[in-house]
Amino acid sequence: MINFQNVSKIYQSNSHETIALDDATFRILPKEFVSLVGKSGAGKSTIIKLLIAEEKPSKGKVTMGNYEVAKLKLKELPSLRRRVGVIFQDFRLLPNKTAAENVAFALEVAGRTQEEIEEYVPQAMEMVGLKDKMRNFPKELSGGEKQRVAIARSMINHPDVLIADEPTGNLDPINTWDIIKLLLKINELGTTIILATHNKDIVNFLDRRVISLENGRVIRDEQKGKYILV
Amino acid sequence: MFLTKLFRTIKYGFLRFWREGSLSMATVAIVFLVLVGFGGLLLFNAISNKTLGYIQDKVDISVYFKTDANEDEIIRMQKSLQQMAEVRSVEYISKDRALEIFKERNANDPKISQALGVVDANPFGAYLNIKARELKDYAAINAYLDKDAFKSEVDKISYTESAAVIERLKKIKTTVEQSAFVLLIFIVATAALIIFNTIKLAIHSNRDEIGIMRLVGASNYFIRGPFLVEGILYGILGGVMATLVIGGGIYYFSPYMRIFVPDLDGWNYFISNSFRFLAYEAFFGILLGVVSSYIAVRKYLNI
Ligand SMILES: Nc1ncnc2c1ncn2[C@@H]1O[C@H](COP(=O)(O)OP(=O)(O)OP(=O)(O)O)[C@@H](O)[C@H]1O
Ligand SMILES: [Mg+2]
Repeated sequence: MINFQNVSKIYQSNSHETIALDDATFRILPKEFVSLVGKSGAGKSTIIKLLIAEEKPSKGKVTMGNYEVAKLKLKELPSLRRRVGVIFQDFRLLPNKTAAENVAFALEVAGRTQEEIEEYVPQAMEMVGLKDKMRNFPKELSGGEKQRVAIARSMINHPDVLIADEPTGNLDPINTWDIIKLLLKINELGTTIILATHNKDIVNFLDRRVISLENGRVIRDEQKGKYILV
Repeated sequence: MFLTKLFRTIKYGFLRFWREGSLSMATVAIVFLVLVGFGGLLLFNAISNKTLGYIQDKVDISVYFKTDANEDEIIRMQKSLQQMAEVRSVEYISKDRALEIFKERNANDPKISQALGVVDANPFGAYLNIKARELKDYAAINAYLDKDAFKSEVDKISYTESAAVIERLKKIKTTVEQSAFVLLIFIVATAALIIFNTIKLAIHSNRDEIGIMRLVGASNYFIRGPFLVEGILYGILGGVMATLVIGGGIYYFSPYMRIFVPDLDGWNYFISNSFRFLAYEAFFGILLGVVSSYIAVRKYLNI
């Protein structure tokens, strides 16, 4: 359902070019759990930006379902982004909203009613194990808890795909494993997961599909892959 | 669905306005100043029109006829005056009517009634009251009346000199309004720039939040709406404050205005027009807020 067809991304900055992605071709099927691995600057985040239409490919086609992402009109982008949940290393929570309000926000922008919000938000907080911290502000939460709020928010509109860009980058090992287990649980419930990470232990533990990148090229794509340092 | 969205947009607009605090207040203050200027100009125009109209209405030319003047002649003169393009109305006051008016006016003065009782004959001549369409037309009418043909019947012609004075007043009024208007354009431009900047700053300081909104799939409308609401709030608040202040000013100055123009009750005039006035102020304020915040949003909130 997600298809990268000979995709290249070249960034131009003051007359010098960076090839962030170089002729990448791969396909991700529904309900897969795929890890994107590679050194810093390999092009992991670039793939994610292309998927959520934050950047346009310089060459090639990125399609999701029946849509070519780069061809979506401005008006159609919000609905794409609601079908794709994204979480980041830096959580990106609104500091002046409580955990529950942060999650509710994703429903508000989708135009859901107050009743729906009151019903779904506690469910989502329950799923990520934070029902007792709903009224806490982000600064009153640990890193792992913040990431779980972000996951609750990204899942609240029931996206088909959850994209995680280095979600455990700021977390200690215990919180890291909590988040990974949560992602596995979400995947079991039927959501496709795309996980960009540096973390060798995670990749090896998962024992799932691994796409390895180096200097923007896909150098390995294995069904039960390991993190292989080059 | 639509109402929920609208309600949320307004809610977030208010929140943003509130969070901005002193910046919002300063922006409202500027809008307020502009609207006081705008409202002042509106009122100046209304009041000076009313005043000039009042004075102008008092201007006329009276042609007094000799007591033995031939009534047919007078009627003929009235008819010929009525044909003139410059003439709005010619009122004929006969000898008898002139006496009546005099009696009515002095009904309370026993000495005068007594004196009139003594005289058998009516001492008053008939007269014509002529009103021109425009102040400047009085000169033409005057010239017409100055012809020798009328001299035999006419006792005297009183031409109120004030016409020329009023003409001058009118010119002053126009000049004042025009310069105030030019000045107002400058203040409006400044205010628009300030709102524009406030919104620009708001967009800048909220860019993380805007990024998150995009991330969770907020529509353009949802992201931009609150900034427009913020702009509208500046307009409404400024408009209401300006109306209150102008109302207070009128309440205070109304007694003084009445000294110059007895007809003019500034306070009542303001009260009876206050909704319209508030509507103008709010409309203009909202227009100012919406246009400048819309431009800022278009320019700095690329989605
Ligand atoms: N907006 C940009 N302008 C110019 N170059 C960019 C831009 N964004 C990314 N790049 C470059 O593209 C390349 C790939 O970046 P990308 O963010 O995809 O790497 P990454 O694999 O996510 O790295 P990390 O693990 O450090 O997050 C890098 O060389 C980076 O410097
Ligand atoms: Mg990255």
